[in-house]
Amino acid sequence: MEVTKVSNATRVFKIGEVETKALRGVNLSIGDGEFTALVGPSGSGKTTLLQLIGLLDQPTTGNVVINGQDATNLNRNQRADLRKNAIGFVFQFFALIPTLTAYENIEMPLLLNGTKPAERKKRVNEMLQAVGLTDRAHHRPDQLSGGQQQRVAVARALATNPKLILADEPTANLDTENGKQVMDIMQRLNKETGVTFVFATHDPRVIGYANRVVTLQDGLITKDSQSNGKS
Amino acid sequence: MSQTFKLAFRNIGRNKTRSLLSILAVAVGMALLLLMAAVMEGEMRGALQSSMKLQSGHIQIRPASYDENKISLKWEDLIENPDQVIEKVKSLPQVTVATPRLMASAILTLSDQSKGVQVVGIDPASEANQPFRSGMVDGQFLQADDREGILIGQTLAEKLSLQVNDRVNLLMTTSNGDVDEQLFTVRGIYSTRIPSYDESTVFMPLAKAQAFTATANHASTIFVLLQTPEQAEPVAQALNSKNFKVLTWREQNALITQFEDFAGIALIIFYLIVLGITATVVTNTLVMAVFERTREIGILAAIGMKGRGIMAQFLTEAALLATGGVIGGLLIGGALVAYFTVYGIYIGDYGMTGLLFEDHIYAHLTLENTLTLTIVTYFTTLVASLYPARLAARLEPVEALHGSGA
Repeated sequence: MEVTKVSNATRVFKIGEVETKALRGVNLSIGDGEFTALVGPSGSGKTTLLQLIGLLDQPTTGNVVINGQDATNLNRNQRADLRKNAIGFVFQFFALIPTLTAYENIEMPLLLNGTKPAERKKRVNEMLQAVGLTDRAHHRPDQLSGGQQQRVAVARALATNPKLILADEPTANLDTENGKQVMDIMQRLNKETGVTFVFATHDPRVIGYANRVVTLQDGLITKDSQSNGKS
Repeated sequence: MSQTFKLAFRNIGRNKTRSLLSILAVAVGMALLLLMAAVMEGEMRGALQSSMKLQSGHIQIRPASYDENKISLKWEDLIENPDQVIEKVKSLPQVTVATPRLMASAILTLSDQSKGVQVVGIDPASEANQPFRSGMVDGQFLQADDREGILIGQTLAEKLSLQVNDRVNLLMTTSNGDVDEQLFTVRGIYSTRIPSYDESTVFMPLAKAQAFTATANHASTIFVLLQTPEQAEPVAQALNSKNFKVLTWREQNALITQFEDFAGIALIIFYLIVLGITATVVTNTLVMAVFERTREIGILAAIGMKGRGIMAQFLTEAALLATGGVIGGLLIGGALVAYFTVYGIYIGDYGMTGLLFEDHIYAHLTLENTLTLTIVTYFTTLVASLYPARLAARLEPVEALHGSGA
């Protein structure tokens, strides 16, 4: 079953009189449980494609379907609702709220979707355990290492049980060891829970984890290959 | 909701200096509003109380031909047999004091100096004279049978270098139009703390004033005090007669009411300026916060927080700043008002025709003013935060995540 489908998507950015075509007509279908890497050089359009799938941005033409729902004509609030319920995000920078503890950061999406307190507590503790940070629950981001922060971000992305996790260069700001830890956790969760991961990267070590590699160049998909992925 | 408060509280704590400055701006603004309102209220209240105490009473009974623009000693413009009228007035239970007074214009001369004054003939034994009796700064109060004594105000005494037992000449027009003069002795010097009044008002016993002006058994007015000023209207109605004009303190002090209206407009302009400055500081603080936290706003949007949730976040922060500011304003303003309620603000001789201002303004803060200004300051702060809150709510997630777009 498809988690997301992108059809004929283009994205044109206009800065003054200058138009930049970041995507030039992309078609991509991601199935349930995939662990897919979007690869390509800087400026190839992988982050833009990830933002369209994540409903953070809208295509200039074409459409994006999430869990069978066409997001083309949704307004801001409807897109926010769909993001809240169906998509989790892990960003390149450690995108945590600096004034909240690890526990509270993971709890935030659960508060937004109205999860009851007891269920919230159970779920946050499960996620902290899943990323191995139970003992860091009440630390704020500035008291955590980069790797720990990114693991909190992964836990937050998974907290609401979304079908799809989008990760933009998740290891770009991490050293090898921490990068490996984060990828290992993502891969384990993919296997254990069946949640779909799509991540943009140009790090060969990260690409090695993927069981599908989609290559972009100049706003177009130039290659789409299956891979065994690291085990 | 609790998460919104928690986040707002922590966000305020992130830049303590800036938050404290914003709270201080709201607090100082509100303190100024409270002080100005209290000073204005105190000034108007003081002028009204002085007028009721010294001039208008709660009620005055005047002859039917009474004209407030001139002082007439013609018999037809005076009340004949005032004691009979007073007897009737005193039969009303609300009336505490009723006393006859005779007003006359005079010129007080002393060697080569002269000064226009108003002579007021009073019954020295009346309770209505308590403000003058308690304000005696030198000499003795008048006796009813004193045929040569007068009381003068402290300001007049200072201006003419007069002392107790000094002799002065008074020149007055009598009821039949003749001009008469006589030497009087300064028996005492009083102070009402209203320089304009003390400079121009001279008291003498009623009997002497009547004898001097050939108005025997006549009075210009019956000065009436009641248990409370609010009783003036019903008592005036009860005393209504075609032979007299019964004037309440409200009718006699219309000028104060007009001045109060004018002062009220000036006060509103002052409020708008202070609140405008306060609002600008709050808006500026929150706009800076939006710029600083653009990426965080993007993160919140990415995980599904809607625009109204982001807006609520900033409004909650503004509400916390407003609460801190209002509490600070009540403390600072309360302390300032308390000081000026006790010690007053010296304004000196702020003479204005028809208005009796003391040489000090004593602040008077009412509960109504406190509540109104607290609410106005609080909501102004919230309104000032609407622009930055909307700015944050309208950020496109993708731009906000890149730290731009604000």
